[in-house]
Amino acid sequence: MKNKRADTLEDAVDQVQDGATVLVAGFGEPGVPEFLIDGVCDRGVRGLTVVSNNAGTGRSGLARLLGEGCISKLICTFPWAKESFVFKELYDAGKIELEIVPQGTLAERMRTAGAGLGGFLTPTAVGTDLAEGKPVHNIDGRDYVLELPLRADIALVKAYKVDPRGNLIFHKAARNFNPIMAMAADYTIVEAAEEVALGALDPEVIVTAGVFVDRYYITGPYAIGKEKQ
Amino acid sequence: MSETSNLLTPHLMTRDQIAACVAADLEDNWLVNLGIGMPTLIPSFIPQGRDVMFHSENGVVGMGPPPAPGEEEQDLVSAGKGLVTLIPGGAYVHHTDSFAIARGGRLDCAVLGAFQVAGNGDLCNWRLPHQKSGSVGGAMDIAAGAKRVFVMMTHTTREGDAKIVAERSYPLTAGGVVRKIYTDMAVIAVTTNGLVLEAVAPGLTAEDVQAVTGAPLDTANVATIAVAA
Repeated sequence: MKNKRADTLEDAVDQVQDGATVLVAGFGEPGVPEFLIDGVCDRGVRGLTVVSNNAGTGRSGLARLLGEGCISKLICTFPWAKESFVFKELYDAGKIELEIVPQGTLAERMRTAGAGLGGFLTPTAVGTDLAEGKPVHNIDGRDYVLELPLRADIALVKAYKVDPRGNLIFHKAARNFNPIMAMAADYTIVEAAEEVALGALDPEVIVTAGVFVDRYYITGPYAIGKEKQ
Repeated sequence: MSETSNLLTPHLMTRDQIAACVAADLEDNWLVNLGIGMPTLIPSFIPQGRDVMFHSENGVVGMGPPPAPGEEEQDLVSAGKGLVTLIPGGAYVHHTDSFAIARGGRLDCAVLGAFQVAGNGDLCNWRLPHQKSGSVGGAMDIAAGAKRVFVMMTHTTREGDAKIVAERSYPLTAGGVVRKIYTDMAVIAVTTNGLVLEAVAPGLTAEDVQAVTGAPLDTANVATIAVAA
């Protein structure tokens, strides 16, 4: 059996290169892989395109990655929150590119990428600024916008428990984008609070099958943000 | 609008009073999505014995009230990132399932805030015209997908300008989706024949409401809202 466990944070993120497209899971604080983000930060990579629902909270996690100048483009649904002040400073200074995507469309673009599809038609955003330039198809009398898959080089995922095959379960609303992003990257890296023995996870409740996971790192007791441990 | 200013303008309803109006119209066995801001006040006003379930875009089906002191769970938040609970029989889903619920016709109702609503039901709530970017979040998906969209907002802007207009001048969120508008002055239905003034706040007349509304109102049958003391 392939060994997917990384014993150090440095090893866990050693595939993240300059210019990579990186999916960063989470909604608000729940489900944000803060350890892995710090690992990527410590590598000092540049020119990342990051896909994330939010644009960072405070100064840690994604906000640190932004603040240290690692990100050149952010693909995001909700950038303008008061806690995302680091992003706002960069944006106002013209130091970062922003693409706004409706939340359900963002999720589905990644799902279709993971599912090997060429895109999908959605009623979301028809007639709005966010559909400008995109083909519209009428199916059975309703207009739909054509959206294309969003595939990435790397996904950073936060799980609750992992087994040696990389099977994952999540914790409450920290599930959010994690299972979707795990599917949509060439290389998926997981941080999990706990590693359990093979067979210890009930196959009926595994949310993400290990086939979607390339590497995992154990963070220890589950905490929403490292500073709160 | 603060409670203080409301004392000075006694004919405007409070946020809680508007929430009670909306809550009274949410039907038994509905699944309802609540937008951030004012709509989050609604759950406290659901009449006893009525089974209304709440959906939160971040993957919570059966969102309950904020936790009691000592019961806080950092991984269980609402769309507005506030701590919430899960009702018995509630479920966590990932993001594409959450938006399948929204677009797939499983939301009986969405109650959203708005910057502007047009007479044809166009909803504008994601970006102000002078801003070069906005935070769309899940608004476009939910507005396009819910079976019915209710808007809950102040009747006018802080400057006193009409937010209900004949034709929208703000960036569109979703076209022709609003079914009903609940404000601090009135309840207005959006119909194929135009806007129908259904009820006004105590102490106000249909003329008072029409004077600050930018589209013609049908005032043939206007009730007075029963406001709890």
